[in-house]
Amino acid sequence: MKLYNGGKIITGLVIFLGVFLAPFAYNMGKAAYSQPKLKMPENEKECIESKEFMRTKHMQLLNDWRDWSLRDGKWVYVNSKGKEFEMSLQKTCMKCHTNKAEFCDKCHNDAAVTPYCWDCHIQPEGLKK
Amino acid sequence: MKAIFSLLMVLALVVIATVGAGAAKMQTIFAYCIPGTAFVIFLVGFVCKIISWAKSPVPFRIPTTGGQQQSLDWIPQNKWDNPSTGPQTFMRMVLEVLTFRSLFRNTKVVLKHDDGKNPIVAYVSAKWLWLFAILFHYGFLIVAVRHLRLFLQPVPAPLAFLDWSDSVLQILTPAIYISDLLLLTGLTMLLARRFIDAKVRYISLVNDYFPLFLILAIALSGVYMRYIVKVDVMSIKDVAMGLATFNFKVPAGVDVSFFVHIFLVSTLLVYFPFSKLMHMGGVFLSPTRNMPNDTRMVHYENVWNNPAIKPHSYEAYEDDFREPMFEAGLPLDKSPEDAA
Repeated sequence: MKLYNGGKIITGLVIFLGVFLAPFAYNMGKAAYSQPKLKMPENEKECIESKEFMRTKHMQLLNDWRDWSLRDGKWVYVNSKGKEFEMSLQKTCMKCHTNKAEFCDKCHNDAAVTPYCWDCHIQPEGLKK
Repeated sequence: MKAIFSLLMVLALVVIATVGAGAAKMQTIFAYCIPGTAFVIFLVGFVCKIISWAKSPVPFRIPTTGGQQQSLDWIPQNKWDNPSTGPQTFMRMVLEVLTFRSLFRNTKVVLKHDDGKNPIVAYVSAKWLWLFAILFHYGFLIVAVRHLRLFLQPVPAPLAFLDWSDSVLQILTPAIYISDLLLLTGLTMLLARRFIDAKVRYISLVNDYFPLFLILAIALSGVYMRYIVKVDVMSIKDVAMGLATFNFKVPAGVDVSFFVHIFLVSTLLVYFPFSKLMHMGGVFLSPTRNMPNDTRMVHYENVWNNPAIKPHSYEAYEDDFREPMFEAGLPLDKSPEDAA
């Protein structure tokens, strides 16, 4: 069967396939992906909340901490086990997670997320290289 | 009724995915087998549909376009609305595809009254459809492109920038995406238009409602994943990269809402080539848009003329049927006696 304007049609289809198959070409020849290995604190085994909670909801926790501490003046966080923590990114979180590049950035880079924590907070070591 | 039927079908899809990936533990099937198959069906179906359209003969130019055609030198031609050359036509197509000018020209009929209260039928501009369509399409485009962050490693800088600028409002945690708002607003308005406008409601079919509900469900499940359950993005990237590198791992730590989301997207991909959504490719084949108005400069040969069928004159026709025509009393150029 004859194609009418076959040249243009085929060109269009090649562009279409090229666009939709580009991700496969981009990943071609690279090692299989696995989630980044984070540098865990050496002297502490448990975070403020469970691992699952921290993996999925840490941004919400940090956001709540900011609101509660800076806007409501409450500085003490009581976790699900009843343990008390000072609500502070730099004094509490970064006491254990000292290195931004080895911890925060690992996942955030892979997920193309740019949290605005460091718009206000002092950048910890690791970013300065 | 048609809307309810479409909504029920989409809800059934949600239930299938919830039960299949949740209770029945068929996570590998829902994470890899179904999306992979759907993607292949989408690509092959899309190409086959375009090829089948390309086999149809190209009609004679249709110069019914809004604008002055090329004429005498002192009459200014409207080059983008009524192009006569390839580049001008290309410009018209670019504007059509990127800015939906045909929808911008949409009008509606209204009944007005003059000073003497006599009714006047008037056609007035109706831009709502264009506005909703442009919100929806660009919202959907940005959302789709943003998802590439899950399929590419390392994430290219332009995609990271897109993600940053899309969430630049810094409202909510995780930060709300502007494109999510555009997409949901556009979809809701397009759907509301079908419900509220009686004329549009009358001509709406299941295949109008179903894609709207389906895409709405996709968007809402995505919103639910991001803002409400806050799924583990890194385990989802594991699955997405598995799809993009053919390196399949058993999904771990992924919320069931992800399987609902990806199952609905798979349905959309499979449905795509067989539905009106094919306007994505079909817009490039619009006969009134993609052909220059050059009928006075270029000879057109009717391509569906069969060369085996020779011209058949009236005289030859009369030769074939002279006797029966004579018996029926029809007027003849030549009577049977003359022809004999």
